[in-house]
Amino acid sequence: MTREALQTGSTIDGYLIGEKLHTGGMATLWRVTHPDIALPIVMKVPMILDGDDATVIVGFEMEMMLLPRLTGVHVPRCFGVGDYARQPYVVMEQIDGDSLFPLLEKSPLPIADVVSLAGKTAAALVDLHRQNVIHFDIKPSNIMLRKSGEVVFIDFGLSRHLQLPDLLEEEFHVPMGTGPYIAPEQVLQNRTDFRSDIFSLGVILYHLTTGERPFGFPQNVRGLRKRLWRDPVPPRKLNPETPPWLQEIILRCLEPDAGKRYPTAAQLLFDLQHPGEVKLTERAERLERDGLWTVTRRRLGWAGTAGSARQPETIAATSAPIVMAAVDLSEGMEQLADTLRINVQRVLATVPGVRLACVNVLKQNRVGINYSLDDEGRNIHVQRLVELKDWARPLNLERENVTFHVLEHTDPATSLIEYARSNHVDHILIGARGTGGLRRFMGSVSSQVVAEAPCTVTVVRVAQMADQDIDE
Amino acid sequence: MRIAFLSDIHGNREALDAVIRHAERQSLDRFVFLGDLVGYGADPVYVVDRVARAIENGAVSLLGNHDAAAATGTIEGMNDYASAAIEWTHHELDDDSRALLLNMPMSAVDEDRLYVHSEASSPRSWQYITDSGSAERSLRATTQRLTFCGHVHKPQLYHMTPMKSPVLFVPQPGIGAPLVGNRKWLAVQGAVGQPRDHNPAAAYSILDTIRNELTYFRVPYDIETTAAKIHAAGLPKILAARLFIGR
Repeated sequence: MTREALQTGSTIDGYLIGEKLHTGGMATLWRVTHPDIALPIVMKVPMILDGDDATVIVGFEMEMMLLPRLTGVHVPRCFGVGDYARQPYVVMEQIDGDSLFPLLEKSPLPIADVVSLAGKTAAALVDLHRQNVIHFDIKPSNIMLRKSGEVVFIDFGLSRHLQLPDLLEEEFHVPMGTGPYIAPEQVLQNRTDFRSDIFSLGVILYHLTTGERPFGFPQNVRGLRKRLWRDPVPPRKLNPETPPWLQEIILRCLEPDAGKRYPTAAQLLFDLQHPGEVKLTERAERLERDGLWTVTRRRLGWAGTAGSARQPETIAATSAPIVMAAVDLSEGMEQLADTLRINVQRVLATVPGVRLACVNVLKQNRVGINYSLDDEGRNIHVQRLVELKDWARPLNLERENVTFHVLEHTDPATSLIEYARSNHVDHILIGARGTGGLRRFMGSVSSQVVAEAPCTVTVVRVAQMADQDIDE
Repeated sequence: MRIAFLSDIHGNREALDAVIRHAERQSLDRFVFLGDLVGYGADPVYVVDRVARAIENGAVSLLGNHDAAAATGTIEGMNDYASAAIEWTHHELDDDSRALLLNMPMSAVDEDRLYVHSEASSPRSWQYITDSGSAERSLRATTQRLTFCGHVHKPQLYHMTPMKSPVLFVPQPGIGAPLVGNRKWLAVQGAVGQPRDHNPAAAYSILDTIRNELTYFRVPYDIETTAAKIHAAGLPKILAARLFIGR
């Protein structure tokens, strides 16, 4: 391909080329301006190498395909792409912030900082995955932090949109990714699993927590394959300040078998936001790597699948949903609570991988003192929690699939909606006390939740007799 | 420019009308018919008239193997059901309609696009595109960046770089696929009038040349009416039954 060399001062498709900001291995970055665009924007242009390196070309084709289709605060806003035959380029907003790359040198970071960055990155992954895109190259230099605090992913050259053609599929017969961060299934050239990004995030969290890379920096496929069977040194051994729940989260992200990782980024984020609710397993307590015997057995187990990619079913980003049951524990509402449980049961029976959050709101007075202890000295909050667990008992759920939350708030509907939003809840089930005119007029908790929730809401009612007075 | 591609209507009036209604809501500039207007279905006269009017308004329409057979009355190389339908169709059509069919071109080139009914390396032998190998034969036979064809009744989208074999992508209805980059694309259309990919809804697609984006659509239509007409015409019953299951 012969193309006119871009230079400062030249114009293409109305973009005036400014200074060259960066020359990377695959592309150059230019500051540009356009009469119709007020925001600071940059133009990314692929490097023209001798023989046109296929990875550069295909990676750039992927970016030109994906960037205009992505939306939200966690991706760079795209303004235009160039015609491939003439001059390929992508014009996007200039992110006002730095990447996470410089933080690696400062690691280990304080635990609170690691958890905060982890949450921001997981939230961005939730957003990306919900757009049907797997990034496949999550690493510190591809994660930017806006001044406003949100994480932005850049460089979608290895990414895949599950509803669009995968230009990298069958194009290359080597694993595509970055050595320290690549997930085991990517090493086996499987490009279908959202949980590959969760693995890569686990590598970053491990590094930020311990100051070391969990799998080193392998330079060849043989070295990459080692992560299929060799477990990393437990973070608590390298940094004793690592809380067991954080080690649990990191090592769960790093499970070689994707089926043992968090099923979705939303579920990972949920644990990061509720450390007290993380179910601790043997992972949390581990202080040594597995013994030679275990490692050898694992290696032999993987040997059966060596060489070829195992192609599991593509997991949708919307599978393994977080379902929230908003439980009304008031006296006189027992029948409604039972009906809610029956409906929750139906959802659990039909949808695999559900994570259930049982939520109750402890209403606070708008003015005056809120007594946290009642006359008998029993903590109302704890009592509610006990009642909530008792409500869920007949569901017979495993401890890792259910959590319990008592929210204290003056406005129950608002607190439920805020909870659903910050925890990326997929589906709310909530009871409605009645259908009467007064309730419609005054507004009910369930109707406000229906109107304002960021997700699907199912309203549950107790079936009524034909001649029953429906107003309470 | 926004171009709608319709292939393999096969005399199915209800499917054609449903697709045209759907397409006209998508702010279109042009229709391209990729062959097999008739054969199998009970409304060949209506379909030919409808397409003839579209041609007067600038549409492009190509010859398909069933069109050639129905116009001339030759059933060579066809199975029993197809040949029964061709004989019936041949008698339904008047001389003008037969002449119109035979006047349609085998292929057409439009900017960077090739239009053809079947595999492009040998259009007159009516080969199917069913896999990477047949897609590659077709793509290597043209210098056009984009090829649009029909004939196999199953939507498929292939993309190929110069040094590699084509890769198949099964299009997702309603989601625009960008035909980016430094590669050739082969867009095999599903059938308007007799889908065979287990989805009975009528298939067509729209190319947006500015956005360089191709969107496949599926449009449900009144199959019961179509089937009743096939029965009433005395055509083989299987030609009605298969419409309900898209096979």
